[in-house]
Amino acid sequence: MIDNDFVSSLLKRFSFLSLRHQLDCLTLACPPNEVVDFAKHLRDEETFDLLVDLTAIDHGETADTRFSVVLHLYSLIHRSYLRIHVDCPDNDSPEVPSLNGVFPAANWHERETYDMFGIQFSGHPDLRRILMWDEYPYFPLRKEFPLAGIDVPLPAADVAEVTGAEVDPAPMMGGPFVSPGTGRMSESEPRAKDESWTEETIKQS
Amino acid sequence: MISSEVGYNSKVEGEVIVTKADAVINWIRKHSVWPMPMGLACCAIELMASAASRYDISRFGMEVMRFSPRQSDCMIVAGTVTYKMAEVVRRIYDQMGDPKWVVAMGACASTGGMYRSYAVMQGVDTIVPVDVYVSGCPPRPEALLDAMMKLQDKIGREPAVKNLTQTAKSPDLVG
Amino acid sequence: MSTTTKEIQVGDIGARAAAHSENERMALNVGPSHPTTHGVLRLMMELDGDVITKCDPVLGYLHRGDEKIAENMTYNQFVPYTDRLDYLAPLANNVAYALTVEKLAGVKVPPRCEAIRVLVCEMARISSHLLGMGVFGMDAGAWTPFMYTFTEREKLYTLFEELTGARFTTSYTRIGGVARDIPEGWLPCVEKFCDQLPKAIDEVEKLLTRNRIFLDRTEGIGAISKEQAIAYGITGPNLRASGVDLDLRKDKPYSGYDQYEFDVPIGTKGDCYDRYLVRIEEVRQSILIIKQVIANFPGGLWYAEDAKKIFAPPKEKIMSSMEELIQNFMIVTEGPQVPPGEMYFEAENPKGALGFYLVSRGGGVPYRLKIRAPSFCNLSILEDLVPGHMLSDITVILGSLDFVMGECDR
Repeated sequence: MIDNDFVSSLLKRFSFLSLRHQLDCLTLACPPNEVVDFAKHLRDEETFDLLVDLTAIDHGETADTRFSVVLHLYSLIHRSYLRIHVDCPDNDSPEVPSLNGVFPAANWHERETYDMFGIQFSGHPDLRRILMWDEYPYFPLRKEFPLAGIDVPLPAADVAEVTGAEVDPAPMMGGPFVSPGTGRMSESEPRAKDESWTEETIKQS
Repeated sequence: MISSEVGYNSKVEGEVIVTKADAVINWIRKHSVWPMPMGLACCAIELMASAASRYDISRFGMEVMRFSPRQSDCMIVAGTVTYKMAEVVRRIYDQMGDPKWVVAMGACASTGGMYRSYAVMQGVDTIVPVDVYVSGCPPRPEALLDAMMKLQDKIGREPAVKNLTQTAKSPDLVG
Repeated sequence: MSTTTKEIQVGDIGARAAAHSENERMALNVGPSHPTTHGVLRLMMELDGDVITKCDPVLGYLHRGDEKIAENMTYNQFVPYTDRLDYLAPLANNVAYALTVEKLAGVKVPPRCEAIRVLVCEMARISSHLLGMGVFGMDAGAWTPFMYTFTEREKLYTLFEELTGARFTTSYTRIGGVARDIPEGWLPCVEKFCDQLPKAIDEVEKLLTRNRIFLDRTEGIGAISKEQAIAYGITGPNLRASGVDLDLRKDKPYSGYDQYEFDVPIGTKGDCYDRYLVRIEEVRQSILIIKQVIANFPGGLWYAEDAKKIFAPPKEKIMSSMEELIQNFMIVTEGPQVPPGEMYFEAENPKGALGFYLVSRGGGVPYRLKIRAPSFCNLSILEDLVPGHMLSDITVILGSLDFVMGECDR
């Protein structure tokens, strides 16, 4: 059972852990250099053997620690989840040890996290992109990457030559109308997410 | 007499039909269009439903869903085309033999649909020439059948004999 | 006449042939456009004769950027995108997403709404499994079960259309309730459908379950052990066919599932045949659940009335009262206001456990939404599972895993 005794004994045994604010399940923060051993302990001793999800959050370019990797584990015995936040030490080239040795399910999840955020997983056998094509130069889920995308050449050069197609930013006028939610009423009305042209830029004649 | 129709009066002509070559060739082509279903996403399910027993695409002679491009006439692009998939769609289009047509089924294939994002090609007509666009997300099977009927009308109006003597319109990637 | 005899050692020729082809492996590319793959999955395989030695699945051909789109839309605006994740059971995805946001916002929906959600989830489960098993039969070479299951699915589509307005891609749930109440006379139609469905399943079973060819093609193929299944994060019928008793409807019940009695089929060997049997039995159990829901259908409202900043009030009140008008305006323009925090919730979808990890910084737009897709995790076992099988087993293995690329690639 995940009760206060369980939590306190875990915190006492592993002093590097800290408790985070939680609404639904036990949420811990773990430093990156300890996460592999801690995960192994959880899998072998505490029956959290199902890796449900491994992903990352980008806290914004101005945050102190920009990227944190979040993993969710499930225990069939306790019938509950466990969430672990791992902060990446370096904001410019984030790196975390890979959990592939402990949970083979982490293989593809880490590839996807690398693909979307650019977080390197040291010790991963085959870290390459999984959802975007291999030569794609950007990391789409980072906060500074626009939803519409950035101009890159089409992945197949021969198709691009014949058809003249390229990877264009998607048209956002008439796109989702979302209000920024802050500011006065006149500023917070829903606007199209047209990122190529705003009222501040000068229109081309 | 309408020029593209097959006119036949059995008393006058007996058992011989005299008509234009265009009319016969188009009549044969439009009633046996063999689609190549490029089923990518949710529209593929409605494509399968239109081939199933309730909406029976077989009434139009189109139940022969050949997944081999060499054996098919019409490519039905059903679903979202991403930039990663664009190369594959184009290669398969090039492997189809002339005459060939393309139906962009659904909002995603026509214009990118509701996915205005970095990975979705905003319409398959950037890489292949499209003959009929079908709107809907997903279009009902009746809408797809209506589109196939419009395609049949379009085939009926083609100058078939002139096309036979011309070379292919667009350069091929596959030899 | 003189005869010459020459001694040939057959072993020599055999050895020479083997030595010649020992290092020759063939690279074969299956997909992404191929009838036996359920969507756009590409398998780059290496073959030694007919036996597969290496398999590398390539995904991403249907990656549409759902997670980035979610960061730019209000919670209710994102509901149509959840339809198109697992597009064979769209209502189940809608319910899972709505439940996640409601849990973070602390909204409790009334019993009628919960009953409606259970009902449509189970109907979606029947729809998805019917298609899965029809196409599985088609992959193994049988055309007729596909036609039979599609006929039943058309009846389900008619029911969905009466309820939501669309055959599939329904976008039926909202944060705090569902879009509209069930129409009059709809529940008896559902009951009639459930009464005639067992006969149709029996017909499909008659064609497949004891069919010699089907058994030869599926028994012993693609066996996944218990430890392997848990290690690779597999969930849903695939996990249960390997012998692990994990069903989120029983272990962590949501939306009132604990009121209904049903069994959970568990397999033994974890091969393709077990996965097929588990799904057929799950359809029968879903029929039981639907009958129980209809028998005890509660009255009342279909939305959370006290969720003031989250669920838009009914139209009559908006048009006549000032406070409801302002409320509606704020919810439509700024989105349902969800407090800051993080939440992970998984629902038992037909394909497995569909999870949403939601991080909110307040306001009407999520800060980060991660979609934990069951098909993504189910497919990760292919690299380990496929080597050693024959090439013609690929279609059967893929069909039995019953994945959908829309949800795998998001």
